[in-house]
Amino acid sequence: MSILDVQNIKKSFGNTEVLKGVGFALEKGEVLAIIGSSGSGKTTLLRCLNFLETPDGGKIIVNGEVLFDSEDRKAHNEAEIRKKRLHFGLVFQSFNLFPQYTVLKNVMLAVELLSKERPDYKENRAEIRGEIEASARAILERVGLSDKTKAYPCQLSGGQQQRVAIARALALKPEILCFDEPTSALDPELTGEVLKVIRNLKSSDSTMIVVTHEMEFARSVADKVIFMADGKVEEAGTAEEVFDRPKSERTRAFFSKKA
Amino acid sequence: MSFQTVTMMLLEGFAENGLIFIMTLLFALPLGLILTFGSMSSFLPLKWLTKTFVWIIRGTPLMLQLFVVMYVPGLLFDISMPGSLFGIRISPRMFSALIAFVINYAAYFSEIYRGGIESIPRGQYEAGQVLGMTKRQIFFKVVLMQVVKRIIPPMGNEIITLVKDTSLARVIAVQEILWIAEEFTAMGLVWPLFYTGVYFLAFNGILTLLFGYIEKKLSYYRG
Ligand SMILES: Nc1ncnc2c1ncn2[C@@H]1O[C@H](COP(=O)(O)OP(=O)(O)OP(=O)(O)O)[C@@H](O)[C@H]1O
Ligand SMILES: [Mg+2]
Repeated sequence: MSILDVQNIKKSFGNTEVLKGVGFALEKGEVLAIIGSSGSGKTTLLRCLNFLETPDGGKIIVNGEVLFDSEDRKAHNEAEIRKKRLHFGLVFQSFNLFPQYTVLKNVMLAVELLSKERPDYKENRAEIRGEIEASARAILERVGLSDKTKAYPCQLSGGQQQRVAIARALALKPEILCFDEPTSALDPELTGEVLKVIRNLKSSDSTMIVVTHEMEFARSVADKVIFMADGKVEEAGTAEEVFDRPKSERTRAFFSKKA
Repeated sequence: MSFQTVTMMLLEGFAENGLIFIMTLLFALPLGLILTFGSMSSFLPLKWLTKTFVWIIRGTPLMLQLFVVMYVPGLLFDISMPGSLFGIRISPRMFSALIAFVINYAAYFSEIYRGGIESIPRGQYEAGQVLGMTKRQIFFKVVLMQVVKRIIPPMGNEIITLVKDTSLARVIAVQEILWIAEEFTAMGLVWPLFYTGVYFLAFNGILTLLFGYIEKKLSYYRG
């Protein structure tokens, strides 16, 4: 069974149909790269997966559990949506760190708030907090920032900020971690450190979806690649299939423009 | 009349200004927040009602509002203002003045709050959402502190304006510091009029220092 099964997602804003029926499936531990020109709907797709937008049509199934089905018309309350969101993590193009908190607190905050819902929270408060902090420190070590735990986001470079954002998303242990052009707000010399972190996550068996314009990176890290055009999946396959033997004329045109 | 007598009598007047100042802050700061939520509500009738109210209050002189609160309840509805507040004895005139000041400043504060809340980028809310936070948690843990930091300078300005505005209460015969000074002037003594400035400058000087301190406290981060 696939860890993620996305079927026929549709989304319009007013009269513009941005997603015209997008679907794909992902196995556990796989990395999916989504490429495509500007305006093709990549961000909108990730936002639908993370329930920041509600699709007009389609299905989202994680581990066999139907999280979203447009046929199912019953209204979902905030608490349910919140729970569904936690299957996914999202790293934004513009980081969106919380400026008033230290790096460590940025990583810990959401986990701490969530732990308050545990039935044993009151009794084991100190212990739970300790565990959360230890795990946050471990994650920051993994993204190479163990010396920055006390810094504030404004004191960090763009690359470091994005690595904190990745750590913050990882702290909630999402089943599927999504990245929306994680390096396109960065100076070229800083993209490397962020891509390296994502590459390392792959080796630790995380399931990831990466929207990117870094073709070399996509080719080397992705198990599957989707090329999106005009709100549709124009071409899908393994990295070799899509990059080396594209079937679609549009895909070829896209690569020749990039080259 | 001795310098000391004048000082003490002006100080008595300034106590009235101080009372208006404190009570206005005490009630207008939270009331402003309620108006903010009203004007940002997605329930349109409430939103427009609040916005119209704020527009009227901000678009008319405080002096007019003082007159309205002073005379309209009594003349039209035969309501008289109570003579005490929290067990403190105050004149009905003072009570009217407090109502007008609280409403007026709540309207101004609500606009400052709203500006602060709307200046927080959408990405902050979305980051909270994808991290599984509730709306409440996003407001209190993510947004609020950033709003406070952003509104401290405009709030400082507004509160310093309030100190000076308290003198307007004299138009409904609250015997605040300028009223007292004017009585001296009527007796041929002009310098107490200038002397009142010292009270205002001292009070606002302290407030300026206080706001400077808070701003500095919050400057540990940018953004
Ligand atoms: N909230 C919205 N309201 C109206 N239109 C929107 C909204 N969000 C996105 N769009 C439109 O949807 C289309 C697809 O946008 P999207 O951001 O998903 O593209 P993208 O593939 O991520 O592009 P890029 O590579 O530039 O990031 C664009 O034409 C955009 O203007
Ligand atoms: Mg995008």
